[in-house]
Amino acid sequence: MKNIAQTFIFFFLLVLIWAGITGDLDFLGIHCTLWSPYVLPSPSLVAQYLWDNTLNGKLPLSMLITLRRLLIGYAIGLIIGVPLGMLAARFRMMRNTVGVLGLGFQGLPSVCWVPLACIWFGQTEAALLFVVIMGTLWSVLLSTENGIRNVPPIYARAARTMGSSPIHTLLFVTLPASAPFVVSGMKQGWAFAWRSLMAAEIYVSVISGFGIGQYLHYGRELQRMHQVVGVMFIIILVGLLADKLIFSPVEMWLHRRWGTARD
Amino acid sequence: MTDNATHPELHDYPTARLSVEHVTKTFETQGGTVVALQDVSISIREGEFVCFVGPSGCGKSTLLNIIAGLEKPDSGRALINGTPITEPGRDRLVMFQEHALFPWLDVIGNVMFGLKQKPNLNNHERLEVAKYYLYLVKMDNFAHANIHELSGGMKQRVALARSLAPNPKILLMDEPFSALDAMTREQLYGDIQDIWQKRKKTIIFVTHNVRESACLGDRVLLFTPHPGRIREEFEVSLPRPRNINDHDLADLSQRITAALKGYNQANECD
Ligand SMILES: Nc1ncnc2c1ncn2[C@@H]1O[C@H](COP(=O)(O)OP(=O)(O)O)[C@@H](O)[C@H]1O
Ligand SMILES: [Mg+2]
Repeated sequence: MKNIAQTFIFFFLLVLIWAGITGDLDFLGIHCTLWSPYVLPSPSLVAQYLWDNTLNGKLPLSMLITLRRLLIGYAIGLIIGVPLGMLAARFRMMRNTVGVLGLGFQGLPSVCWVPLACIWFGQTEAALLFVVIMGTLWSVLLSTENGIRNVPPIYARAARTMGSSPIHTLLFVTLPASAPFVVSGMKQGWAFAWRSLMAAEIYVSVISGFGIGQYLHYGRELQRMHQVVGVMFIIILVGLLADKLIFSPVEMWLHRRWGTARD
Repeated sequence: MTDNATHPELHDYPTARLSVEHVTKTFETQGGTVVALQDVSISIREGEFVCFVGPSGCGKSTLLNIIAGLEKPDSGRALINGTPITEPGRDRLVMFQEHALFPWLDVIGNVMFGLKQKPNLNNHERLEVAKYYLYLVKMDNFAHANIHELSGGMKQRVALARSLAPNPKILLMDEPFSALDAMTREQLYGDIQDIWQKRKKTIIFVTHNVRESACLGDRVLLFTPHPGRIREEFEVSLPRPRNINDHDLADLSQRITAALKGYNQANECD
């Protein structure tokens, strides 16, 4: 409860200051407008934008489009990244090839893929997905490899004596044993996927659907800063929700089971 | 859960004799070739409790791993009931010095792990069997505890239950109590003898603690290093259950220690 209260008060004060310097508190006799709404829109303008565009269905629709891209791209990234990471942990040959490739590409911000993606796939969904996958894949691959290589060999030995086949050992011993690493890799992969998609949507206008990032882009083009800030809010909110609703509970469970709990 | 659990699985007492014939095993290390075992032969009766004792580095774990099928000898062979051992098998379960319990499973999940791979049992029966073994090691109140919540002694009890649950013919224990404090160990000496008599297993117990070997074994095999060999055998005919603080036991362990010192001095003169 105390945690929630602290967070809430902090943000309340933050918004209060923001309102104060953008003229929202004029009715209290505080006349302080440091910046024009074209530079920094006031909270009420942003709220108005979010409210109107939620009611007329534009934002929910673009959220749907964006989340679909995000989930598909992220899922593909996991489906390719986890097995490749397992192979890289198992076979030196894979480590020397795909492992090094992953290390290199992980350091490449995924926006850098946008020009190539546009040439290869045109202004299509595929181009967006490609960028998201490039953002997810490598960090998931590397953390899976790292996780598996950190599993104490005694687990596999114990499993073998209990009659575990190599495949069974991989699936039911090595993989769960590396779960703390793999989950933190999945979390990092999620963050990268989200960033990549926003970057891609800002740069790539796709006729097949107007995503949230594209609203940000047109907000800038049309000098509608309340739209830009409103969309930024949504982007932050999605990131926070994913962390609190999906990753935090899983990590909590892991920490409690493994005995590595933090408060 | 009581002592008279009903499942037929729990009234099956498989055991096996074991023989090791002229086993030699060397390791290449940076310091050169280490002869971990040189021409070691032993023969162990069905249901016998045998202790391997000796200072560290004399090949006890290596021999245990060969019997477990986790390692292969350079020459010679190990046989269970006359069949050569080539790979790990459920008939020979190992309990390691570190507990090796799986932290992603709770206590009963760990005990179920080996059972799940045992055919001819349904899940309900497996659960009954797992609970029986937890009761046997006095951990039935902790079935749903997480591994990290247990003390060192409790972890080894769970590891023991996990090794017993698939009902192996032979139980291989590699210094299972050496990381525990003396009080905890003493309780476990009593319990392991009790369990051995109830489940009638063949047990090989590795230790570097002479007194522990005299307390537990029907027979104590004394190992010496460089190269790893069995130097002497001691039959222990003291009545059971034995207490580690027993007088006769102290006499015997003195004899074993004296023998060990003798070989050490002989080695130093080489
Ligand atoms: N995997 C290995 N690689 C290299 N040397 C080993 C290996 N396993 C054991 N040894 C060596 O073999 C000898 C016997 O080891 P071990 O069987 O573990 O002895 P003990 O269990 O009696 O302490 C030691 O000198 C050890 O260093
Ligand atoms: Mg050893």
